[in-house]
Amino acid sequence: MTEWIETFKIKFTNNFITDNRWKYLWDGLGVTLKVTFFAVLIGILLGFTIAIIRSTHDKTGKLKILDFFCRVYLTVIRGTPVVVQLLIIYFVIFASVNIDKVLVAIIAFGINSGAYVAEIVRSGIMSIDQGQMEAGRSLGFNYVQTMYYIILPQAFKNVLPALANEFIVLLKETSVSGFIALQDLTKGGDIIRGRTYDALMPLLAVALIYLVIVVLLSKGVEMMERRLRSSEH
Amino acid sequence: MNTKVLIKVKGLQKSFGTLHALNGIDAEIKTGDVTVVIGPSGSGKSTFLRCLNLLEVPTGGRIFFEGTDITDPKVDINQHRQRMGMVFQQFNLFPHMTVLNNMILAPVRLLKKRREEAVETAMELLNRVGLADRKDAYPSQLSGGQKQRIAIVRALCMQPNVMLFDEPTSALDPEMVGEVLDVMRNLAQSGMTMVVVTHEMGFAKEVGSRVIFMDEGKIVEENTPTELFGNPASERLKNFLAKVL
Repeated sequence: MTEWIETFKIKFTNNFITDNRWKYLWDGLGVTLKVTFFAVLIGILLGFTIAIIRSTHDKTGKLKILDFFCRVYLTVIRGTPVVVQLLIIYFVIFASVNIDKVLVAIIAFGINSGAYVAEIVRSGIMSIDQGQMEAGRSLGFNYVQTMYYIILPQAFKNVLPALANEFIVLLKETSVSGFIALQDLTKGGDIIRGRTYDALMPLLAVALIYLVIVVLLSKGVEMMERRLRSSEH
Repeated sequence: MNTKVLIKVKGLQKSFGTLHALNGIDAEIKTGDVTVVIGPSGSGKSTFLRCLNLLEVPTGGRIFFEGTDITDPKVDINQHRQRMGMVFQQFNLFPHMTVLNNMILAPVRLLKKRREEAVETAMELLNRVGLADRKDAYPSQLSGGQKQRIAIVRALCMQPNVMLFDEPTSALDPEMVGEVLDVMRNLAQSGMTMVVVTHEMGFAKEVGSRVIFMDEGKIVEENTPTELFGNPASERLKNFLAKVL
């Protein structure tokens, strides 16, 4: 037993303390959180815009051309792996420009997440009774005002849990950032593995960190859902 | 008696695909009139009402509201709808807002009223329908009859020149019909111009100044309630009345 503890101590020191190797994990975590946070912002912006265009088309038959482009975007993004999208954006689209990899990852994951957010929000908008739109219009609000004051607040509330889950998934998906040699959390653990030739400890640490964040976020979503349900108005 | 024509309908047509819901409707609604529209289901009476504020876009004919042809695509219908209140069968209150916020949303955002001013108007109206104590309730906490009374005063907050009622009591439990009809009766007595699609023949008789009987997308008969109910001219109206009275 004491022998096991001794080996653990040595391994731990070797993997995390020597040469300040823990910094790979710490800095990687920073990159992961940064990429996730800004990708979420882009995802929301893109997703809501597309959802509004698509649902407007579904309900009124207007915006045909915009709707077409949105559908192409959704098909392409949801039909190809996110790693491939990341590689294409870095090695093809930004091939000739010197650009921060963090920014590339933010753009790639933001565009990717936007497609999923769009469909979640669209389902939320479509779930609101048509009578709500009619009531708003009958008071004299135009289409956009009715969307803004009446439809979207209700739709947003309905899809909030689904949206939060999408962002938890996004956090885990950023772990493929290493494909463009961006040093995120996963890559950080992998670098330590390369230095110490010990796979178990650094990768387990990486997994543990993801798990803790995801569990915390899920708890947050759970609480939010409960609060939404209790104020079921 | 002021007899200004408020709404004039000329040759109104509406079809949904191959279904002709309205086949040429001509009607006039004068200021202060309470026009009650009756008829069997599928006769087009709701469609007719919903065309008046263009919730259904007519496929033919014209509608003049306060002298303006609102079927003209160049007309900003939102401006005109502000002066046409509408009450729906399903109430359509905004579930994410309190009663008070339901009522002041449009006056504050569209008429640019100050919040305090809008609240004052809203409270006056709530007092009139006896629901002032429910001002902070959410729609889900109200009974059907209360919801519909709120829907009526929400529309009144915009100080409209005409109120359109689309089967306002059809979704209510029988014991709640009375309280809604009371509000509508008071409204009629206050001189509001109203167009009411309903199955409440008692209301039509008592409150209506004119009754329109529709069938198969056409106006079959139009008369004062006494004449229309007491002396139906057409077979179709006689049949209808025999079934509902």
